This record gives sequence, structure tokens and C-alpha cells, in this order.
Amino acid sequence: MNNPQLNKNGELQHLLTTEGLPARILRDILDRAGEFVNPNGGSEIRKVPLLHGKSVFNIFFENSTRTRTTFEIAAKRLSADVVNLNIGSSSTSKGETLLDTVDNLCAMHADMFVVRHSTSGAAHLIASHVAPSIHVINAGDGRHAHPTQALLDMFTIRHYKKEFHNLTVAIVGDVLHSRVARSQIHALTTLGVPEVRVVAPKTLLPTHVDKLGVRVFHDMEEGLKGVDVVMMLRLQNERMQGALLPSAQEYFKYYGLTQERLALAKDDAIVMHPGPMNRGVEIDSSVADGSHAVILPQVTFGIAVRMAVMSMLAGN
Amino acid sequence: MNIHIKNGRLIDPRNQLDAQQDLYIVDRRIAAIGTAPKGFVAEQVIDAAGMIVMPGLVDVAARLREPGYEYRATLESEMNAAVAGGVTSLACPPDTDPPLDEPGLVEMLKHRARALNQCRVFPVGALTYGLKGEELTEMVELTEAGCKAFSQADAPLTDTRVLMRAMQYAATFGYRVWLRPQDSFLAKNGVAHDGEVATRLGLPPIAVIAETIALSTALHLARETGVTLHICRVSSAAGVGMIRSAKQEGLNVTCDVSMNHVHLTEMDIGFFDANCHLMPPLRSQRDRAALRDGLLDGTIDAICSNHSPVDDDAKLLPFAEAEAGATGLELLLTLVLKWAEQEQVPLLHALSRITINPAQLLGQKMGHLSLGAHADICIFDPAARWRVEPAALRSQGKNTPFNGYEMQGKVRYTLLDGQLVFQQ
Repeated sequence: MNNPQLNKNGELQHLLTTEGLPARILRDILDRAGEFVNPNGGSEIRKVPLLHGKSVFNIFFENSTRTRTTFEIAAKRLSADVVNLNIGSSSTSKGETLLDTVDNLCAMHADMFVVRHSTSGAAHLIASHVAPSIHVINAGDGRHAHPTQALLDMFTIRHYKKEFHNLTVAIVGDVLHSRVARSQIHALTTLGVPEVRVVAPKTLLPTHVDKLGVRVFHDMEEGLKGVDVVMMLRLQNERMQGALLPSAQEYFKYYGLTQERLALAKDDAIVMHPGPMNRGVEIDSSVADGSHAVILPQVTFGIAVRMAVMSMLAGN
Repeated sequence: MNIHIKNGRLIDPRNQLDAQQDLYIVDRRIAAIGTAPKGFVAEQVIDAAGMIVMPGLVDVAARLREPGYEYRATLESEMNAAVAGGVTSLACPPDTDPPLDEPGLVEMLKHRARALNQCRVFPVGALTYGLKGEELTEMVELTEAGCKAFSQADAPLTDTRVLMRAMQYAATFGYRVWLRPQDSFLAKNGVAHDGEVATRLGLPPIAVIAETIALSTALHLARETGVTLHICRVSSAAGVGMIRSAKQEGLNVTCDVSMNHVHLTEMDIGFFDANCHLMPPLRSQRDRAALRDGLLDGTIDAICSNHSPVDDDAKLLPFAEAEAGATGLELLLTLVLKWAEQEQVPLLHALSRITINPAQLLGQKMGHLSLGAHADICIFDPAARWRVEPAALRSQGKNTPFNGYEMQGKVRYTLLDGQLVFQQ
């Protein structure tokens, strides 16, 4: 089975998932992203003409502010022309299929698509459909993958921890519905993290999550013991329906990240969150705003990582 | 017309016949095997040298999409597909639009099928009105109109009291009830087996317990009501085990498996191949092995195509949004041959799964080459190799997980009631 993300020379053709990508490519992306981060530590990232004359289409079939904005900024810093399309869920009700929408945008001479869709596999479908000159970046598909989020998380981890091979990382929360968690797990295991843990009640874990190469914990305290990195996941409000959880309060009581629980991790542990946060549901405000949190640097690094991905796809 | 089929290898599982013999058809029926009947003058001679002559295939699950879904397929297109696959009898599930819950609809379907004169069509009637799982259909009237069994197709029947009464009522008249076991709550929104692949790809899962819980309910109710129960499309090792035990206990239960599940597993989904979006979902390798064991030991009575033509637009969607189903009538024989070869199953045994066994499930006297039987015959070249090319399929549904597969065994002639309806 061909990896649809790589071209015949083994170079990145699309970025659809972190699964199946060689560590070499993941590291290349992180290294490249490093070039876009101001070495003086400021938030300023230099503007470069790498995508000059290219058109990047952000097509979002599902609402997003943060991800779309960071992709837009990244593309503009690479001097690309950026078109944002918030298609929402209305396009299908108008009768146009996903691929019809894509065909129309291809006819407008798109060079790159940044796609978010509520159904797993949407980005793969688009990638398999477009001409070879067009590149697809998955900005989140259903529960499947959100590779740029995972890569910016890897960048953040490497920034603070330097290496991957000596780390214990805990991913806490709604793994079942999380594309972020799946992409994080594949990226972490590929980059050589020896122990990746998932911490959640049984209702929020996929049945065969252990097959992804993680250790499963249902007890938050046990799961956090001695970890270097805590990666929190957002808990969607609708999880209270469908009998997955009784209440946000009870969830916070057993799985919320508080100062006391964080004290079980290593002293220099970092706390990450893909945003947007639910304070008082999965994370206590004192932790979110505390000295261990690297949540805002994640956002900044996100722009550099997306610039890196776009420039590599464009062949630079 | 008098037809002489010469030089072929006759295989008839019902009569345990596997021999190089000529077959003679007189007046649409099988008149003699071996030596020509007295005074026989052939009007047509079919030279079947190097070929296998077998009863026409009987498929217990082929959706023809009429009435209501003619944009997906029509009787004409699907009958053409059937005979090209050597299928001379098929049962069609009631999930048409409207569903087959009115005698008039069933008569219309039978009439349209008869007029095309390609393949015998045995409608399976709806067990409840509109397949809604609430009110019983007029099973006696529907049977008189031509229904051979009653089913919910893939529609849920969550009310166990309604299910029990449906079985009681059917048992009163000796009618067959066909159920595909799936708990609709556990399977809600699910599109793939709850295994490693669904976990990796983030596909909403359907666990094996969705099958076994519904199967347990069906078996309990069958025991209680004494109905003749047929389990459709068993997909899991646990399901096969339960049916095996039920049969050992002496329960009046039979079951079938789809050819897709005999060959494929969840791994075939690969990177979201919507052609592998099937119902029930493709399960694990262990499940597939158990299905094959069930076929060998007789727990599973029949292999069906589960032919479900879907139009391309409904498949060119992200996996979960794509419609479940695949075309299958033209692949049934070759896939059964492939299974037989892989598992070293003698053809006499393997072909019973697509001839006499499914015929018995329908309560029909066909699926064999006995003297005096209607001459429904399939003649195929077991050595012919071919490649599955969607465009070359006669079915209007072009989607199949076997797209591009190399196959062996190709149908050369199909006879329905002593008349040549397909030749290639």
C-alpha cells in the first residue's frame, strides 16, 4: 500500500496524518520550523518569499478560528495569496459534494489546500482526487488526524526538553473523539518517546487504544506520576450527552489537571493544551496560567510549524 | 429446444456428482446425464470441453434497487449482471422504496422480473410495515404474492415484543424469518469494525457485541417461538460460535455469510477505501478465519454476494459519509472458487454453498442437476483468468473492494429454464 503522503522520491506530497511518516521527515519539519522562529526569543517571525505567487486555499467545512488564523498568518508570512472559505456544513445541504467543491477551487488555480472537515478521511479523499501539482494539508478530519497540531506540539516538546528518547508523556482526556491525540501518539512514538500514556475514563478511550503503542491509565494520579510532559485534551461539552460522562463537575473532580495532581509529575514538567481550553473542566486556571504551562508558546510555534510544512510541500 | 452439453465436467453437490459426462436438455428440463435419451436430436450443442457444468447459482442476498432506487440500478442491469455471474436465482431484500410490504409491490416486481426472463427473483417480504419495526405486514398475502421469507433487511427492529410476535406469527404459518443481527444502539453511527483500524483512522466503530447481543435475542426468541430462523451476513467469530451451538442444540436456525467477509478484513480499508465500507463491517483476521471454519464445518450454510449497487457519487465521499455496499453478482462464483482453492475445499463441497444450500434456505426445488429438474445451469471455464475492471461489469453498481483483483474462473454460458440467457 503506497503512503499517499509521499511522492515517489519519498518527499512530502501532502500532510494528512503523522502516522506512517518517517522520523526523518518529522525531524525535517521541526528543523525547518526552527528556522522560522526568531532566535532572540521574540514573537517576531521573519517574512519570506518562499510561496510568492502561490495560492493557498483554507477550506474549512467545520468552524475554527485559531487553526484557520494560524494557517492564514503562516501562508501570508510565506508571501502566498490566501483565500479563506468557511463552508461550514451548508455546502452539502446545497447539494454540492465535497469533491465538486474541490474541483471548483482547483479551477481557480489553487496550489495548496488546507482542509478541515468533520468526517475522518476527508483530507485523504481530497488528496487522492486532486492533480499531482496540488498539495493538501489536513487541518483536522473528524476523529482521525490533526498533524500540524501534533507537529507544533512536538516542536514545543523539543524546544523545552531537547530530546525525545528519554521522555514520559501523558495525554489526558477525551482520546476517543480526539484527532489531536491520535496524531500526537503517532508523532511521539515515531520520534522515539519510550513511554506514551493515555489517561481517561473508559468511556473516552477507543477500545483498541493500546494497539497504538500507549500505556493506558484510568487513574489520573497514577498516570501523571513522573511524567515530563502533560498534554491535555479539550473536553467537548456535547460529551455529556450520549452517556459518556455524567457531568463536567465530576469529570473535573477525577480528571481535571490541578496543582496538586501536577505535583505528581516531574518538577520541570511542561503542561500543554491544543486549545481552546475549558477552565475548570479539564484544567484548573492556576495550572493553565502557571509556570509549567507552555500553552501560549504552542500557539506561536504553531505558525512556524505551519510555515515549515507549507514551504516543504511547495518544494523549498 | 433440445440442448446437448458435451464434454463438460458435471458438478452437482446435491447428487454428489462430479464426473465428466454429457448433459441433455429436453423441453427445458434435464432429460438425461451420460447417454442421450431415446430419439434425442440436439437443436443446439454446447461444447463444454475444459469447463465445469454446474447448477445455476442461487444467491440469497442481491439488491436490485427496484422499486425506488432506479438511479442506482434497474432490474435490467442487475439481471444482466446476475446471468453474467452464472446466477439463475436470487432473493432480494425488502429495503426498496417503498419497502416490499404490500402484495402489489411484490407482484409487480415478480412480473417485471418474469418479463425480462433472465433470472428467477424471489422477493423477501418486509417483516414489519415500512420496515419500521412496529406493525406486522400481511405475511399470508405477501406469501401468496411470491415472498419466500420475511426480513427487516438492515432496518432495526428494536422492540423485542414486536420481534417476538413477528416470529410467532410467521411460525404459525411456517414462514421463514431472516434477520441480520445488529443492535442498533450499539451500532449507532458506526461505520467500521471496532478494532485496530477504526481506532487508528478515527472511524466510528461497530463492536462485535452489536452482532452477538442481537443474535442472542434472535436465538432466544427463535427457541421460544419455534420459528424457522435464518441469520443473514454473520460477520464475527463470536457470532459463528453462537450459531454453531444453537445448531448443535437442535434449534431450527441457518445462516449465510457475504463473500466479501470470506475474503476481506478491516485491514483492507487501508487509507479510507470507501469500497470497503460494507454492512456488516469487515472485521478482524481472526473473525475471517472463524467464518471460513464455519463454512467448512457447515455452521454457515450459504455464501451470498450481498450485491448492493451504489452509485459513484455516493461512494466518492469521506469513508463514514459514503454509502455502504458493493456490487457482487458477477464476482460470487469466482470468489467462491478462490476460497475453495485457498482452503483446499473440494468443489463438490464449496459449490453447495451457492447452489443447493441457498435453494433450501428459500424452500425451492432448485440448485441441482437431477433428472426432470428445470435446466438452470452455469457453465464456467475454471482456468480462465481475468481482472476485475469496474467499467466491464454489467451491474450498474461499479464499486467493489475487489477492483483490480486477478480472478480465476469465468462464466461462459448461463441457462435459465433450458434457455441460453448468457454466453461469452
